[in-house]
Amino acid sequence: MIFEAMLFYLVAAVMIGAALGVVFARNPVHSVMFLVLTFFNSAILWLMAEAEFLAIVLVLVYVGAVMVLFLFVIMMLEVNVEAVKRGLTRYAPLAIAIALIMVIELIQLIWLRSRDVQVSSSFAANPEGYDNTKALGAVLYTEHVYAFEIAAVILLLAIVAAITLTMRKRPGLKVQDIAKQVSVRAKDRVRIVKMDAEKKQ
Amino acid sequence: MIGLQHYLTLSAMLFVLSIAGIIINRRNLILLLMCIELMLLAVNFNFIAFSRYLGDETGQVFVFFILTVAAAEAAIGLAILVVLFRTRRSINVQELNRMKG
Repeated sequence: MIFEAMLFYLVAAVMIGAALGVVFARNPVHSVMFLVLTFFNSAILWLMAEAEFLAIVLVLVYVGAVMVLFLFVIMMLEVNVEAVKRGLTRYAPLAIAIALIMVIELIQLIWLRSRDVQVSSSFAANPEGYDNTKALGAVLYTEHVYAFEIAAVILLLAIVAAITLTMRKRPGLKVQDIAKQVSVRAKDRVRIVKMDAEKKQ
Repeated sequence: MIGLQHYLTLSAMLFVLSIAGIIINRRNLILLLMCIELMLLAVNFNFIAFSRYLGDETGQVFVFFILTVAAAEAAIGLAILVVLFRTRRSINVQELNRMKG
């Protein structure tokens, strides 16, 4: 029990540190690396909260696909880092002050009830033989099946939108036009010229 | 004993940090997108903690859909970013003032 608490605090500290790294890193590539660390640590915390399926999905989909997409785009763009970062410090004190006020208020609010009344906030143990993936699937494919299908359509939309946005037609590219090739007739290509035969000199 | 309030506190810290990141890094469009991802992660933390606390899987179904939509959003956002960089040669938010909004 005490080991679990220590593990929670360790992973949470690494996660908050990595999130600070995302915000304050000078180089966007370092930011993405810190973001990967943040997602990985939060996957560990989700595992500790016994949400195993979503923890694995977070690692596979987020770290494996979305973060790689971010890295890909950053390395492809070759952005001038210093020019982008120049105006960093002007709003930083205001942002940090607002963040501190908000986090203090939120933490006060969260721990308000536990000080007055002895509310049990710890997680109840799952029943014997509980399977998170099976339980999630049983809810997802019955009650929320329409939302599931809409999610599939949204993913298809994302594919189509990303491809149509980034596809570019270059001028002067030599490509076949199949319809034009099929509909061509002999009279378009061959011209028969009638002329008199040559006479012997 | 680690409980609901620990997870909620962690989520609040993550959320506030990403808000600060949006204000601080408002020049760089890529960092703005990354801060939005962090913010969605904080929201997912809340959903998972409450789902576990109440013993109800619906919260985890919500997290599933948030992950789906966030992946789609990241893909489209990065596509827009690439098109923007191709036409303007810059991703500085300050220079995106063509519409005079």
